[in-house]
Amino acid sequence: MTADVNWSSALLWGFAATVTLTAIMTAAKEVGMSRLSLPYLLGSIVTADRDRAQTRGLIMHFVAGWAFTLLYAAAFESWDRATWWLGASIGVIHAMFVLTAAMTVLPSLHPRMASEQRGPSPTRQLEPPGFLALNYGPRTPYVVIAAHIAFGAILGAFYQLAG
Amino acid sequence: MADDAARRYRPIGDYAAIGDCRSAALVSRDGSIDWLCWPRFDSPSVFAALLDSEHGGYFRIHPTGAFEVERRYCPLTCVLETIFHAAKGSCVLRDSMTIADPARQWRGLAPDHELLRELEGLEGEVELEIVYAPRPGYARERALLEQRGALGIWTQHGAAALILRGDLPLGVARDGATAGAFHSVRAGECRHLALACDPEGPAVVPVLGEAAIQRTAQTIGWWREWAAACSYSGPYRDAVIRAALTLKLLAYAPSGAIVAAPTSSLPELPGGDANWDYRYCWLRGSAFTVRALYASGFHDEAHAFVRWMLRAVQLSWPRVEARYDVFGRGDIAERELAHLEGYAGSRPVRVGSSVQRQPALDIHGEIADVAWQFAEHGGRLDRDTLRLLKGIGDAIRAARQGFGQVGLASRDRARGDTRVNVLCWVALDRLIALHERHGLDIHGEVYRAERRALRAEIEERGYNLQLQSYASIYGTDEISADLLTLPLHGFIPGSHARMHTTLIHLYRRLGRGVLMHDDPDEAGRAPGPGALSIAGFWMAEAQARAGDLPGAVERFERLLSYANDAGLFAARIDPRHGAALGNFPLALAHAGLINAAVTFDQLQNPPTQAIDPRHLAEEDER
Repeated sequence: MTADVNWSSALLWGFAATVTLTAIMTAAKEVGMSRLSLPYLLGSIVTADRDRAQTRGLIMHFVAGWAFTLLYAAAFESWDRATWWLGASIGVIHAMFVLTAAMTVLPSLHPRMASEQRGPSPTRQLEPPGFLALNYGPRTPYVVIAAHIAFGAILGAFYQLAG
Repeated sequence: MADDAARRYRPIGDYAAIGDCRSAALVSRDGSIDWLCWPRFDSPSVFAALLDSEHGGYFRIHPTGAFEVERRYCPLTCVLETIFHAAKGSCVLRDSMTIADPARQWRGLAPDHELLRELEGLEGEVELEIVYAPRPGYARERALLEQRGALGIWTQHGAAALILRGDLPLGVARDGATAGAFHSVRAGECRHLALACDPEGPAVVPVLGEAAIQRTAQTIGWWREWAAACSYSGPYRDAVIRAALTLKLLAYAPSGAIVAAPTSSLPELPGGDANWDYRYCWLRGSAFTVRALYASGFHDEAHAFVRWMLRAVQLSWPRVEARYDVFGRGDIAERELAHLEGYAGSRPVRVGSSVQRQPALDIHGEIADVAWQFAEHGGRLDRDTLRLLKGIGDAIRAARQGFGQVGLASRDRARGDTRVNVLCWVALDRLIALHERHGLDIHGEVYRAERRALRAEIEERGYNLQLQSYASIYGTDEISADLLTLPLHGFIPGSHARMHTTLIHLYRRLGRGVLMHDDPDEAGRAPGPGALSIAGFWMAEAQARAGDLPGAVERFERLLSYANDAGLFAARIDPRHGAALGNFPLALAHAGLINAAVTFDQLQNPPTQAIDPRHLAEEDER
């Protein structure tokens, strides 16, 4: 399957799509729609230092963006077509995965995340996301879905099939 | 109506300030936090009962029955201890805005901004009422408190989360906007209430118990370590250190800026409309603040403040604003908050600070003075700063020749504002010193001639021979407390006969006891309420420089008695009963206190080698 992926196109448009996703989520944070910061969420896995968590998290976020791009690319290759609406559709599924599965298991995987039931401890102090990441603001699910739709639409619109 | 409003408000001097060098909160003697803006000094308020006792929001902890209060800062810190003595026992409430130890941050998370209230039973048992009533966004946003079990009580403050956790059972009231508890603290028992503000998702939830005790201890340690750098060992050291701690409290650590005061719209006259937002950094008087910091040994803070100031001015140059925000932004919109009652009914409540016109050239003198102090204390002036300083000199010379690029410069010159002209002299004087000692590229001879001419002009037109006093405006008999700063700026020796008679005249017309008003009233006498707290310290310093050190010391000691029980000064003092008026605590008043004490010390123990541009000036004048 991977042999069929157009690597240079995936690298380029995966980067562009991740930049767009990050920009949407950052803008939503700035205007008070959601407090969720994916770079900080990821970066705080590896360091407790706030500033370093942001930088390292951003790198991790881009690496994850490229990894997901490969899945999108594989789907486009298997359908032998890539359109913005196909990409956006995968984006909705991707967002649902992030909001449900990923956010549910996060408190048990993240070494610094507190438990809803037991509260924070000296080593686990980060606020858990709650159902659909609603703890980070009631409009967080909409922001996450919109950002992932944009992510998928960019990949669908601009990714060049390997064939 | 006004009396009713006045009764609902505590006196301004009833408050003490706590802070984390990013923001500050005011705590009343009875344990109520009535003012807190988060995450920085000029952010919207979370608690603003100071400006609207009913709707502004507060966080109160106090005994349920009758009680007496003792209060103090933990020595050498800005951590406040309020001791409640109730019928059945006593307890201490320790309030701090925690400061994380940078070394510890690598090992564990800490809330971005945290207000920590530690309750410790001292003897017997004290029943306490705890009320948490946040009213975010200057009480315009509706606080919807959400009980999240072990994670505490949450609400939104703009884009940030406000998290209250306590190791005692807190319940949310039916209105959903207030939480609280009744709790009895027994001797030896220690409880915490931690309020955190975090713009990030996921937020850091504050941990209580032993970790909270450690955070308080760390904060105390941080302040003490900072205060230990104080190199001043002269008289009134305790007052000097408290004043320096207050300046540090008002410094915005990420940029080095120092705000004038952490409050907005506290009236200079109760019920009046002179209510301004002081949560910005005014350049007027900055040279005195920098002098106070260098003189007390806090070189890092002085360097940071000067760097911030020079950077802010570079960004707006050739326009120079009278004030900037903590990041050096000069365009600050002002608006009125009509929904707030105002302190004791004093309307309007203003936030922001608009300046209608280009400020006068006196600011140029402040900039040149701080740059000179910075260079003399080892600061490096980069190319941009040297260019700015040269621009300042050009602007002053152009204004004096009548073709300044700013209209006001010419207007002020035409008006003959003595203080502005003295500050222009200060600018020329410090630029010459920078040229001679630090390589500033200006034409030294031309500047010296300009300085000579300006001094001659001020002496000829700014001194009223009939009054035997300098006048505020050339050729008039108008005076103001600003004239006290002439020897402080080095324009004239304090012992000069002209300054001596000026002090006598100023005291006769502006003095009230040891306090000084800024302007006389229409009858030419010191007006009733509202003496300028800084002017008292200027007078004490000028008096000492004039040779009357015992009189100056006596004045200074009596001035110290106008501080509140926490050692803090507001912008103004009511001479009738010593009440604090206006924004509180005022940075400049504390800088004035330090400068006066340092001057006393220097006069008693003259330094062997003083760095003073006035020596150069006097040489030049000769």
